[in-house]
Amino acid sequence: MTNDRYEIRLSGSGGQGLILAGIILAEAAAIYEGKEAVQTQSYGPESRGGASKSEVVISGSEIDYPKVTSPDLLLAMTQESCTKYLGDLKEGGIAILDSFFVEKWPDNANVIALPLTTIAKEVTGKTIVANIVAVGAIVALSGIVSKESIEKAVLARVPKGTEEMNLKALQAGFEAVANH
Amino acid sequence: MSGNIKLMQGNEACAEGAIKAGCRFFAGYPITPSSEVAEILARRLPQVGGKFIQMEDEIASMAAVCGASLAGVKSMTATSGPGFSLKQENLGYASFTEIPCVVVNVMRGGPSTGSPTSPAQGDVMQARWGTHGDHPIIVLSCSSVKDMYELTIRSFNLSERFRVPVILLSDEIVAHMRERVDVGALESLEIFNRVKPACPPEEYQPYEASPETDVPPMANFGEGYRYHITGLTHDESGFTTQKPHKVAELHERLHRKIENHKDEIIETRNYYLDDAQIAVFAYGSTARSALRAVREARNRGIKAGLIQPVTIWPFPDDLVHQVASQVDAFIVPEMNLGMMVREVERAAHGQAEVIGQSLVTWELFTPAQVLSKIEEVFNWITSGSTSDSKPSRTSGALAAATE
Repeated sequence: MTNDRYEIRLSGSGGQGLILAGIILAEAAAIYEGKEAVQTQSYGPESRGGASKSEVVISGSEIDYPKVTSPDLLLAMTQESCTKYLGDLKEGGIAILDSFFVEKWPDNANVIALPLTTIAKEVTGKTIVANIVAVGAIVALSGIVSKESIEKAVLARVPKGTEEMNLKALQAGFEAVANH
Repeated sequence: MSGNIKLMQGNEACAEGAIKAGCRFFAGYPITPSSEVAEILARRLPQVGGKFIQMEDEIASMAAVCGASLAGVKSMTATSGPGFSLKQENLGYASFTEIPCVVVNVMRGGPSTGSPTSPAQGDVMQARWGTHGDHPIIVLSCSSVKDMYELTIRSFNLSERFRVPVILLSDEIVAHMRERVDVGALESLEIFNRVKPACPPEEYQPYEASPETDVPPMANFGEGYRYHITGLTHDESGFTTQKPHKVAELHERLHRKIENHKDEIIETRNYYLDDAQIAVFAYGSTARSALRAVREARNRGIKAGLIQPVTIWPFPDDLVHQVASQVDAFIVPEMNLGMMVREVERAAHGQAEVIGQSLVTWELFTPAQVLSKIEEVFNWITSGSTSDSKPSRTSGALAAATE
């Protein structure tokens, strides 16, 4: 449909920070780059542990349908979400898997397995910022927003006192892609 | 880029729009997927000199909203599904006693407790007829975060202008979605405040309206205008009456004040209708899937158009009637088992085919689902529209639910 429409699906389980990751990506595009952006989500009644999905559509023009049907970029942070959504990937799209949680995936050139949660733990001592490592990897691979914009968006959203830890996590995401 | 560009959530936009409209009182009982409206107003209202009360239930919240509005404060509540059912009794009271107020209903899967975290459109008839009796009401429908800001303001304006409760319908998708909004561009929206009596208190007849407006000037309680207000049938003085002509007079006026001003109340968004052969009629989040489907149909050479009613009650009869004389068919996709499709059918007066499309998986329609219906109907029309092969609301290639 419209060519400049870019669809991102972030999937995993409740508590992994996928909704926040989606908001940060959407704010980087909408506030710091003047693009149209929509973020939606779906989740079960449980706040932790249940399946969680956050979607972002970014476009240079008006966004009519706000949800993702065939993602240009898929993030899967559980085995379940990988199995469920990998088949939806657009032709030529990219999938990023958190290999700390995802053990099985089809051999596919477009699949990039990165140990996001392990990286978060190594770089910051906390697994909680694995979502920000993922955001760094997404931006590094897609170039959908600039590094400067995503840094601003991360800093504007994360709790006070955690800025440095989150910037480290973001940088680690960029580096994980560069070293892949 | 600009300090006025925000990524706002639908419910947040509703809360901020309410403050912009002059709302200074919220009473409610939190319920998914509307809870953020209450949560945000609990913080924001005290900052602007307003009051927030979490009541013991939805019945009491609606009563508190009526009381606050009578005291002169623009008032609202927000709810969903089961909570909307509980609002109905006092919504009727507000409608009959002409208390301006706004009720936001973020639709989720029903009936009963249903599916709290999923979108649906099953309350569109309840919004019109949920309270008993032949009552006036205005209902608007949101399809974007910007709508939730702008239409909240419009809901307050209409409720103040016509002294009628206004129901603002949203759904889980629109309410929880975050979208880019240029808040600066919405700053200049006009705000309307209720007309107060010009006469001295001793001459005030609370339900006396001029024939031009049919809307009585409204005195705020506590400002020296003492008057009686009752849910019983009443005359101009506000006291109860059983005189047949007075009873009829009241009902006719309440009906007229909406009916005679439909041009001012009804708003629709019309896309690609000029040469359309098939018109999709879609509201709320469904309208966004439908717009994409219509654009895709045009790419495939099918002359499709879209009517998106922003005002769903009163229903845009005249527009549907006019479009019916031009198109071969309407398609009405809805997240219910077929509600507004009956209104389209009624307004079309048999001049065009009307085909519903139901989706009750409590997921947003995909553009592909609506597009497949457009193609099915197009093929049916071009092959002669025989009645035994007419597409039904469940026919065709409705893509399977994701799980």
